Amino acid sequence: MTPSPPAAKLRLATVWLAGCSGCHMSFLDLDEFLFDLAEKVDVVFSPVGTDVKIYPENVDIALVEGAVANVDNLELALQVRERTALVISFGDCAVTANVPGLRNLLDGGHDGAKAVLERGYLELADATGQLPFAPGIVPELLPRVLPLHEVIPVDLYLPGCPPSAERIREAITPLLAGERPVMEGPAMLRFG
Amino acid sequence: MAVVTLNVNGQDVAVPAGASLLEATRAAAADVPTLCHLDGLNPVSSCRLCLVEVEGSNKLLPACSTAAAEGMVVHTHTPRLREYRRMAVELFFAEGNHVCAVCVANTHCELQDMAVTVGMDHSRFPYQYPQRSVDASHPQFTLDHNRCILCTRCVRVCDEIEGAHVWDIGSRGGQCHIVAGLDEPWGQVQACTSCGKCVEVCPTGALFRNTDTTAEKQPDASLPALLRSARDQHRWHNQ
Amino acid sequence: MPSPVQVRCCDASGCRSAGSQALRTALEGARDAAGLDPSQLTIKPVGCLRQCGSGPLVACDRPGRTQLFGGLAPEQAGALIAEATADATAVPASMADGLAAHRIDLEGPFFALQRPVVLEGCGQVNPESIDDAIAFGTYAQLQRVLQELSPEQVRDEVRRSGLRGRGGAGYPTGLKWDTVALQPPGPRYVVCNADEGDPGAFMDRSVLESDPHRLIEGMAIAAYAVGAERGFVYVRAEYPLAIERLRLALQQARSRHLLGNHIHGTSFNLRLEVRVGAGAYVCGEETALLLSIQGQRGMPQPRPPFPAQSGLWGAPTLINNVETFTAVPAILREGGDWYAAMGTEHSKGTKVFALSGAVVNTGLVEVPMGTPLRTVVEVIGGGVPDGSPIKAVQTGGPSGGCIPAERLDTPVDYESLVELGSMMGSGGMVVMGQSTSMPEVARHFMGFSVNESCGKCIPCRAGTVQLAQLLDRFVERRASPEDMERLDALCQMVKVTSLCGLGQSAPNPVLSTLRWFRHEYEAACREPADALATGRVR
Repeated sequence: MTPSPPAAKLRLATVWLAGCSGCHMSFLDLDEFLFDLAEKVDVVFSPVGTDVKIYPENVDIALVEGAVANVDNLELALQVRERTALVISFGDCAVTANVPGLRNLLDGGHDGAKAVLERGYLELADATGQLPFAPGIVPELLPRVLPLHEVIPVDLYLPGCPPSAERIREAITPLLAGERPVMEGPAMLRFG
Repeated sequence: MAVVTLNVNGQDVAVPAGASLLEATRAAAADVPTLCHLDGLNPVSSCRLCLVEVEGSNKLLPACSTAAAEGMVVHTHTPRLREYRRMAVELFFAEGNHVCAVCVANTHCELQDMAVTVGMDHSRFPYQYPQRSVDASHPQFTLDHNRCILCTRCVRVCDEIEGAHVWDIGSRGGQCHIVAGLDEPWGQVQACTSCGKCVEVCPTGALFRNTDTTAEKQPDASLPALLRSARDQHRWHNQ
Repeated sequence: MPSPVQVRCCDASGCRSAGSQALRTALEGARDAAGLDPSQLTIKPVGCLRQCGSGPLVACDRPGRTQLFGGLAPEQAGALIAEATADATAVPASMADGLAAHRIDLEGPFFALQRPVVLEGCGQVNPESIDDAIAFGTYAQLQRVLQELSPEQVRDEVRRSGLRGRGGAGYPTGLKWDTVALQPPGPRYVVCNADEGDPGAFMDRSVLESDPHRLIEGMAIAAYAVGAERGFVYVRAEYPLAIERLRLALQQARSRHLLGNHIHGTSFNLRLEVRVGAGAYVCGEETALLLSIQGQRGMPQPRPPFPAQSGLWGAPTLINNVETFTAVPAILREGGDWYAAMGTEHSKGTKVFALSGAVVNTGLVEVPMGTPLRTVVEVIGGGVPDGSPIKAVQTGGPSGGCIPAERLDTPVDYESLVELGSMMGSGGMVVMGQSTSMPEVARHFMGFSVNESCGKCIPCRAGTVQLAQLLDRFVERRASPEDMERLDALCQMVKVTSLCGLGQSAPNPVLSTLRWFRHEYEAACREPADALATGRVR
């Protein structure tokens, strides 16, 4: 006897761009709720939930942590947008560029990437310092770190550094029921 | 006492003659947001968050500096006012370098709170990342221009309450910044009494005590109002 | 007794920059060489002769005939002196031909269609000579007013004239004077706003450089009408010649007791001073200007209280623009009804415009209010030099907007220009040809507003910066349809929520070009598909 196909589960992805992974840690803090979540979604791409390397097609919801800081981030962000129905800016780095964006302050705001590399790899190095250069292996930094919505259209913003597990749950739960969460008030919105 | 009566969001309120529209909206519990305004200091109407609609006026009026008048019909939260307020707060975030997560004022910041109040979940305007400096020359306090929103509360409290007038504004437009003395390092300004009132009234983490680190600043912005009522009406806090 | 032949040489900034001083020196040399002395041929420096683009301008007065020449080189001085003094037949043909090419037709539309009231003494009097000004009739109205009219009668005449503020906003002058005069007893001030700062506007500078005594007379009459005994002229430091001449004129007026105590033997006293501004555009905003006069940082204040109630040092203060004050003596002389007979129902009298840009005749133009814009730019201005059609006319500087060619038949008055999304402004009028890109025009003016914002309120301080960056995207053709929405929304926000008139009008150049030339903005938007293909979304 062949089992009847299970009711279609939502395809969920979590994505890690330029961030500290704190938002993902907060996601893992959902604890028991993760079991409920697993009932309703298939995690199809996630640094903390799968070992998939290629962002899949037909994703329903993507939580995207981190700012867009290098060419890999940019490529992945564009893929996410192409292959995902609902993209969520997940945490302050995705929403505002936050701490990764601080390098935009260097070099008079022109090329923070150059300034940060020279500081890290030359000025503070011993005699053998050199700039990393490995095309195709080490992604090039973009001159400016950008929040996600300046690179791709974003459908929902989930601020916080990190957003608390509670805030994540309150945002995700309505989505699982096909509804839009109400992002209002200090419980749902506060930066930092 | 002469009284004026007016209508705020459909509710009739009476306030003493001479009261501001802001006081009238408070009487109606209308929660008009403010950033530059602070009770006890003269209003400057620069943050534009307290703009309200008054029937019969073709302009939006700043509640903080407009006198309540008999018979006014005031609307404080129309859709366009909400939208303008959110845009103003986005502009504040975008023009400075505001990184809540690593700020001394995190969780005690009026700008951070204001983003919540106006429903700002992100800024539609790109962050500018201006090049600004930090003045750590004072032995007790620090001024971080990156977090300054130019509300001029520090300028006013020092001038109007402390009487020292250490602070003022330099330059124009987007280059505007708070200056100490004659644009000197704060620590070298002899007029500064180190009273700390500017730190207490600063709505963000721009002014803070050197001993405070991330999320540790706990300002007390009620100081000017207490001092002013103490001086003007001889009403002291502990009486 | 004036000599029968007089050569008037423009000595205002425009013609000076075209070499008028060298020309005048050459003319004096040529006169001496011809063996004539000043009693036979007067060479007089005067103010603006109006067709500035053809400078240096020289006017030649002989009994019954005045000729105007433009662009003469010093080498042609001899020919001009010969032409001025001898019978036309006596001038060698080659020289006469050389001059003929420089002759400007005074019967042509540029001059014939103008109606000089404010400018009536410009180009006629020597701005550095009070005798010349008095001989021309200046200060006569001040004397008459002081000796024959009460302050109420003066205000009544100004009210009847329908004169409105020429600084841009068009507030009724008589009403403003009444408001100041009727404040509770105490000191009052008169202030002249000569902080002309709009790009493309040079009316006030020309008046100051050409006929400063007329302005002083107007201010003195105003001071008498409102009960002020002290006044200031606030001029920007970028107008050094205007400041020099104004100071000289004030000194001359004081020495003739036309300023000071007991003027014309009456109890009327007036002290006038020049205050030089550092050139911040915002100091043309009246509340900022008043702070600047008091030695404070020039930043706009919320109104009310209006300066008429509480201005300089808390006293009632009358503040009017140069052109407004300068129109007053003629109004008193000819009567308010005479002035009100010119212009339209709501915009009376004449208005001076500084016409420039893609136009044949650049210069100062004074026409009755209500003159169709087309008459000003195509007939008086002569249209675009290459004969191609006009694309738009910009009025009101960074606070105004672009009026498209199809609306050129609009009468020039306060209400009509606002209706078209522009404004009268102080009077700058820049003509634009077909090659002008409207998003670039908007960005140019927004850049001006970014630089000149005082920084007090957030919409103007930060909103203009964001608007300028959005406009960059259109100019560089990398905008998106969302940018268009953002542009619309932010323009509205800055317009409605800014504290002072400068911020409130800063979006006008964008709004008016969006209104009339929206297709140029749409054409600057990329296809959304490009974004993913190139990976460069922003």
